[in-house]
Amino acid sequence: MGVKRTPIKEVEIPRLVTPEEAVEEVTPEELEMLEKGGVLLTTLNKMVNWARKWSIWPCTFGLACCAIEMMATAASHYDMARFGAEVFRPSPRQADLLIVAGTLTKKMAPVLKRVYDQMPEPKWVIAMGACAIGGGIYRSYAVVQGVDKLIPVDYYVPGCPPRPEALLQAVLMLQKHIEEEPFNNKI
Amino acid sequence: MADWLEAVKERLGDSVLEDLEFRGEYTLVLDKSSLPEALEVLRREFGFDCLVDLCGVDMGVDQEPRFYVVYHLRNMVTRAQLRVKVGLRDGEGIPTACSVWPGANWMEREAYDMFGIEFEGHPDLTRLYLADDFPGHPLRKDYPTEGYDFEE
Repeated sequence: MGVKRTPIKEVEIPRLVTPEEAVEEVTPEELEMLEKGGVLLTTLNKMVNWARKWSIWPCTFGLACCAIEMMATAASHYDMARFGAEVFRPSPRQADLLIVAGTLTKKMAPVLKRVYDQMPEPKWVIAMGACAIGGGIYRSYAVVQGVDKLIPVDYYVPGCPPRPEALLQAVLMLQKHIEEEPFNNKI
Repeated sequence: MADWLEAVKERLGDSVLEDLEFRGEYTLVLDKSSLPEALEVLRREFGFDCLVDLCGVDMGVDQEPRFYVVYHLRNMVTRAQLRVKVGLRDGEGIPTACSVWPGANWMEREAYDMFGIEFEGHPDLTRLYLADDFPGHPLRKDYPTEGYDFEE
């Protein structure tokens, strides 16, 4: 009785795409044998990017109220762990993603630059919220008018502050981006 | 007017330039030359042992005096409150109150940071909030809201 859970569909997991040049060298019979033996053929690029995109570890860098939404994104209700990005690292040395969450003041600017420089490659940046994008409401002597004046930004999340869904969307877009870029761009 | 205030005015004598009362709040405008002895008297003899706040005020570029340093004092026993104001011309310094209330240290640094008021004898008069190389003092009335280097 009651609401029934919808049956879980059998999803066919697609085989990772075999590179063209590999097909030329391997005969179809050999390929079939390899697959029966549980061997996947792929390019190094795809494999590395696949590994990268499911473990984007963000750096703990909350500056203002946006950081509260960032914490909400990581907490159980929105659960950024679903996308492999839940491990907020207190050290930039272990982080892949810098989420600039909040107002960047001029006094904080050298710290942001230093944290970014300390992160090893591969690294990506999400500017979260109106202040990080372009200063927001703070058209003032004390506020940097957009973090892209200091560091390169991959994705901008508008909002004041953005909802957790918006940040998740940026993480998903970043995953898509990572999937498509040549991995040796960032070594 | 409260009895203790009469006693304060009598004790400080000529250094009191003006006294104001507004809705039960008492304000004394003191002469700068009486500092820091007048503050010492307020603390030791009248029990104002708590410096609640110390702030700067910019009255406007063409005002005389242009700046005020405002001390908010509190007697923790009788709960009496007193506001002390000292006027300053542009570029004029004022003796530090750190020897009277050690808590004045950071408050004076804040006033220096925001208004450029020099506190003579302060142990470490450096900026409190803004970066050390920050140009100007942003709470002055002639400071542009967006700063000098906004477009850079």
